[in-house]
Amino acid sequence: MNAPEKLTLKDFATDQEVRWCPGCGDYAILKCVQRLMPELGVTRENTVFVSGIGCSSRFPYYMNTYGFHTIHGRAPAIATGVKLANPELDVWLVTGDGDGLSIGGNHMLHVLRRNVDLQILLFNNEIYGLTKGQYSPTSQLGTRSPSTPDGSVDMPLNPCLFALGAGARFVARTIDTDTKHMTPLLRRAHEHKGASFIEIYQNCPVYNDGIFDYVKDKKTAAETRLVVEHGKPLLFGADRQKGLRLNARTLSFEVVTLGEDGVTENDIMVHDETSKPLAQMLAELKTPDFPEAIGVLFCRPEQSYVDSVYQQISTVRAKKGIADLNLLLREGHTWQVE
Amino acid sequence: MSVVESIPVREDPTPDSSSAVVRFAGDSGDGMQLTGSNFTQATALYGNDLATFPDFPAEIRAPAGATFGVSAFQIYFGADEVTTAGDDLDVLVVMNPAALITNLKDLLEGGLIIADKDAFTNRNLARAGYTTNPLEDGSLDAYRLISIDITKQVIAAVEPFGLSHKFAVRCKNMWTLGLVMWLFDRDKQTTIDNLNAKFAVKQDIAKANIAALNAGNSFAETAELPSGIEVYKIQKADVLPGLYKNTTGSEALALGLIAGGQLANIPLTFASYPITPASSLLHTLSAHKEFDIVTFQAEDEIAAVCAAIGASFAGSLGITSSSGPGISLKGEAISLACATELPLVVVNTQRGGPSTGLPTKTEQSDLNQALYGRHADTTLPVLASSTPGDCFDVAIEAVRLATKFSTPVLLLSDGYLANASGPWIIPDLNDYQDFHVVHETNPEGFSPANRDEDTLARVWAKPGTPGLEHRIGGIEKDFETGDISYDSDNHQKMTAIRKAKIDGIDRFIPEQAVSLGSTQGELVVVGWGSTFGAIHQAVKQCRASGSDVSHIHIRYLLPFPANLGELLKGYEKVLVTEMNTGQLVEVLKSKFLIEMQQLNKTSGQPFKIREIVDAIHSLLGGD
Repeated sequence: MNAPEKLTLKDFATDQEVRWCPGCGDYAILKCVQRLMPELGVTRENTVFVSGIGCSSRFPYYMNTYGFHTIHGRAPAIATGVKLANPELDVWLVTGDGDGLSIGGNHMLHVLRRNVDLQILLFNNEIYGLTKGQYSPTSQLGTRSPSTPDGSVDMPLNPCLFALGAGARFVARTIDTDTKHMTPLLRRAHEHKGASFIEIYQNCPVYNDGIFDYVKDKKTAAETRLVVEHGKPLLFGADRQKGLRLNARTLSFEVVTLGEDGVTENDIMVHDETSKPLAQMLAELKTPDFPEAIGVLFCRPEQSYVDSVYQQISTVRAKKGIADLNLLLREGHTWQVE
Repeated sequence: MSVVESIPVREDPTPDSSSAVVRFAGDSGDGMQLTGSNFTQATALYGNDLATFPDFPAEIRAPAGATFGVSAFQIYFGADEVTTAGDDLDVLVVMNPAALITNLKDLLEGGLIIADKDAFTNRNLARAGYTTNPLEDGSLDAYRLISIDITKQVIAAVEPFGLSHKFAVRCKNMWTLGLVMWLFDRDKQTTIDNLNAKFAVKQDIAKANIAALNAGNSFAETAELPSGIEVYKIQKADVLPGLYKNTTGSEALALGLIAGGQLANIPLTFASYPITPASSLLHTLSAHKEFDIVTFQAEDEIAAVCAAIGASFAGSLGITSSSGPGISLKGEAISLACATELPLVVVNTQRGGPSTGLPTKTEQSDLNQALYGRHADTTLPVLASSTPGDCFDVAIEAVRLATKFSTPVLLLSDGYLANASGPWIIPDLNDYQDFHVVHETNPEGFSPANRDEDTLARVWAKPGTPGLEHRIGGIEKDFETGDISYDSDNHQKMTAIRKAKIDGIDRFIPEQAVSLGSTQGELVVVGWGSTFGAIHQAVKQCRASGSDVSHIHIRYLLPFPANLGELLKGYEKVLVTEMNTGQLVEVLKSKFLIEMQQLNKTSGQPFKIREIVDAIHSLLGGD
């Protein structure tokens, strides 16, 4: 391998014309990732982007690394194969709410359960964009779409809760246009050994425009975003005077205001990203009753699947010695005919 | 085809024969498969050629005494070349009434029945559908019957070891094996060794089983058998010299894949999902981590093929395996491998279908699926193995074609091949020509769309290689640059070159040979896959009695060998024999525009030699 030279954003961009709709949240994510790559100190040749099908899944074509735009929902399985074949590769998986949680829900479940060392970026725009606007498994109840002209009647799935339920060891949430928040988050996801799951609230300006305005609009964001950081109290609001207090009797959060009714910072729950129950409670918070949690909700590393696989392989190889197929063929019961 | 209703009469009822067919049948928990495999080993040592056919139910432990729970193991052995598990039985061993009622139709008149009369209780008789006891009511008069109180004998024999009744009775199969071994003059020693090895930590169980084996053997020897029952002297076979072992098709296929990986000098990633009768491939390969192979039990069939494709993209050879229903699920991903032109080996161990069908029985009904069972124009090489040992060579060939042409390859095996065993001259890997894979490393003039001029294979550049970063995917790609292209002329060109690449493989495979007979004549029987043995024997028999008939067995089903059409035109009549409703025959007719006859069977059982002989006779007239 060549000595690491200083790469720039441009080195990670391809000559392909980006074909997302004007105003699509994907542009911001792409820029953020392209800018992050040189900072991570990774090489282009060891980086692989794997995706499924959908708007988000065009992502690999715009990254000047190795890339595989696969089939609908199956990117987790293909990425698992890539890692099994070459654990040295740094593999990113780009998917969406339809790709990753509907047709590919089973694979997402298992890639998280197995803890395959990947960075999984799930662009959640709560709609099927590429097929022209049908509701998705994360669409809010009552979503009107070509396939649900009278409003959807099935309950939406919460991606982070799903990931936690599947046994993911790193679960985070961020917002497409908030590069400042997303960049360090992706860096941490990259550092994490094992599957890192990042839900990105992503705006679809054509079929679901403004669905996340409540957390993006500067006027409301302070009240609707709860930026969680390990070891820090769960505070929010324009002057960070609001916080979450645990009601131990109902095992639920309640929004309280510092200085009101004798509430002090000591009453506010402190974020512990190694706590799964806390992560689950945070993942579930929804407006308008609560602010929505962004940041690393959960991080508790475990040995990654592929590491375990290779550890087992080397144990067997150490025990069995040099493999000789001709010897194996002659093992067991044989007889000579003269 | 028609089922033969009457019981064929054994032409030579004396035990001094050149061959014999023995079937052990009992409850699925009676240990019949183990009994059969031990008898097989002793028979191979004795010097007979042989073939076996394990036939077991889909239920793991069906209720005791149920007809649907009968598990059987058949072995055909003899002095002559043996290529099938045999048609009609000379000896039928039954551990209960259900085993008798379900297997009696295959026994020759005058054939020998060995039955455990202790198991013919009123309850078991009723469960099997008997109103009277066939061992006593004279209904078996056309056969020779040895009815022994095996259960009682076994309990007495293993009494010194203090086993519980349950464990004592489980030694019944070894007692019976001991008796049958005496009947055929087999040596018990390998079985004794096997038992000692199997129950190394349970010495009392090993000793009890050995005692049962010995007791059954002495029971026969000490003339406690009815008069007229003597030792069968089956002459030894005159087989090719060499070092032999018994192998099942699935074992040989697994080792063939490892061999292919070594000859290609490339790591393998084998990804699969459990399905009968294909799982044994996953089991075998998972137990050989010392070779350059990673195995992966995926969450489903789709994930399995996708992981294999991911591995191929990363520079290993991805292999996936399943049976028909699972291959259906893999279809979309196989098309992705066709579109991206990545190497991939897909093994289909076929079973009776459609749907769940007959999971433990055999059929060749997935040929159309292999040839056409995907969306769009996705032609890919299709190979079929014909005998357990041939699975080794075909697996190597699948790896060769996949890597040489950067394409998915479909390898067809079936339930019969996977489970049946036969003696196999152990191959020497040094005798095989290697075909090392060379991944692209040179950035000069690199495009992911580059092709080998001769084979038309797309370049294989693996992640981790500096300067060759590129993107592939399911969207149509530009012929020159490999970038996304929706251009209509480009799609036409890409479709054409993908097809031309596969069609052109016929320049890189051997010409079709005639397995037996001559390159022209009155009739040729054409087959593919596991029907090899039955067709071979049938053609051999008919030729011996003067018929002008030959046998062609096709390994390369897509593309066909270049000479196949001309070869077939050299015969007046063509009979295509398959375990389906006529899939290959339709392909051959439409491709070569030749009139053809067909012989088909879809009972879940392999062809009998006689069925093919009858078809040959009826086509050639006379006889």
